[in-house]
Amino acid sequence: MTNRLIEPSNGLIAIDGLDISTLSGAVLRRGIGYVIQQTGLFPHMHIEENVAVVPKLLKWDRNRIDHRVDELLELVGLPPTTYRRRYPVQLSGGEQQRVGLARALAAEPKVLLMDEPFGALDAITRTRLQTELRQIHHRLEPTILFVTHDIEEAVRLADVIVVMQAGEIVQSGPPLDIVLRPANEFVRDLVGSDEVMRRLSLIPVGTVLTRAEDHGSGSTISSTSSLRDALGLLLETGQRDLNVIDEQGQRIGRLDLDSIKRASIDGWYPETKTQP
Amino acid sequence: MNLNYLFENWRRVLDLAWDHVTLTVIALALALLLAIPLGVVVAHWPRTSLPIIGVLGIVYTIPSLALLAFLIPVFGLGRQPAIFVLASYAQLSLVRNISAALRGVDPSVLESARGSGMSDSQVFRNVRLPLAMPVLIAGLRVAAVTTISLATLTAWIAAGGLGTLLFDGISRDNPSMILAGAIAIAVLAAVTDLSLRFSERLTSVSRSQRRV
Repeated sequence: MTNRLIEPSNGLIAIDGLDISTLSGAVLRRGIGYVIQQTGLFPHMHIEENVAVVPKLLKWDRNRIDHRVDELLELVGLPPTTYRRRYPVQLSGGEQQRVGLARALAAEPKVLLMDEPFGALDAITRTRLQTELRQIHHRLEPTILFVTHDIEEAVRLADVIVVMQAGEIVQSGPPLDIVLRPANEFVRDLVGSDEVMRRLSLIPVGTVLTRAEDHGSGSTISSTSSLRDALGLLLETGQRDLNVIDEQGQRIGRLDLDSIKRASIDGWYPETKTQP
Repeated sequence: MNLNYLFENWRRVLDLAWDHVTLTVIALALALLLAIPLGVVVAHWPRTSLPIIGVLGIVYTIPSLALLAFLIPVFGLGRQPAIFVLASYAQLSLVRNISAALRGVDPSVLESARGSGMSDSQVFRNVRLPLAMPVLIAGLRVAAVTTISLATLTAWIAAGGLGTLLFDGISRDNPSMILAGAIAIAVLAAVTDLSLRFSERLTSVSRSQRRV
């Protein structure tokens, strides 16, 4: 609906304060990246032509398009020299979805719509693409509207989660609020608050770590990993605590078993919210 | 039975073959003029499929000789009524294949084409048509071969073409003439079939499965 493939029956959708119904559908859509689950790559076009679709519609000049295609393929981890002249059928599902993402990002859209983009991928590929999407988001900072059925994916990627039930919004807010303060039974079930391991899998290490300068002897874990992973690592290594590092690899604190225990109790909420 | 007629009168056979080809091509071209819009309509609005395909199906069930006979009082003899009949018979398979080809394009590909900001006509030109092309050509191939064989019959109303050899051969009890006609028609149909098969392959997406 945001790109007017479907028209709203009532209400108003605005991007940057501009009512989108004042724009023509095609013009609006050229400014919005669009990624769907089935990738929807054009099977009769090379990868480079697929990526270049929107820039071509915007009538960029050849050099600029060429340059941009290389840049994007690099960005999504597909070396241009190998991939440019291939056809979509020659790529694996994960690679195709990378191309889908590159195509959506081609014209530097400020808004990206992603409709269950990783739903059809295996778990390993999905996790890898999620990590890459985070990095890309970090670098380009588009607004991403991401639809998913996978609550772990939502928690891992989102700044704000909007939970929908039968077409109605039942709760919206930062991931931690959804997980720790579910608005109703439906959300509770969705995030599995009653089940300790599930709950731990949705809380990032970054929210419970103890800020500490001293170096523990333990292994390191990323602040974006889940408490379940941290617990697993503690049990596996038999250590008392873990060193927590941020996404740049800087050490930012410590995590011990007691903090994990605290977080596993229903009703717990971090006193000072630290961004993961 | 021998090939004497074919060898001794190869110029006449060639002339008649040329008539046959032009008869077929004109009939198919006229048929396409109507079939393309009808096919697009049926592909876009599936509800129209039943009435349109239904009517064409009824036309298709009329025995061709009977239709030719009925048309003699209306159009007289010659090429024009023949072209009319051939074009009407080609409608059914053309419309059905055109709409099936256009509808057969993966909806998720069309959605992402629209989602990328292509206008309706750009989606049609850049995505839908090229992807439907192999099936379109396959439909054209079937229609062409059927029309070639049916154009044999229209010699009966003096439309010319290779059928002339068959009808004359029968009435003059000249098996060699019949054989010459039969061989020429078979060759014509086979060549048409093969060349359209080749262009079907050329436009097919499967060429992209080739490793680069």
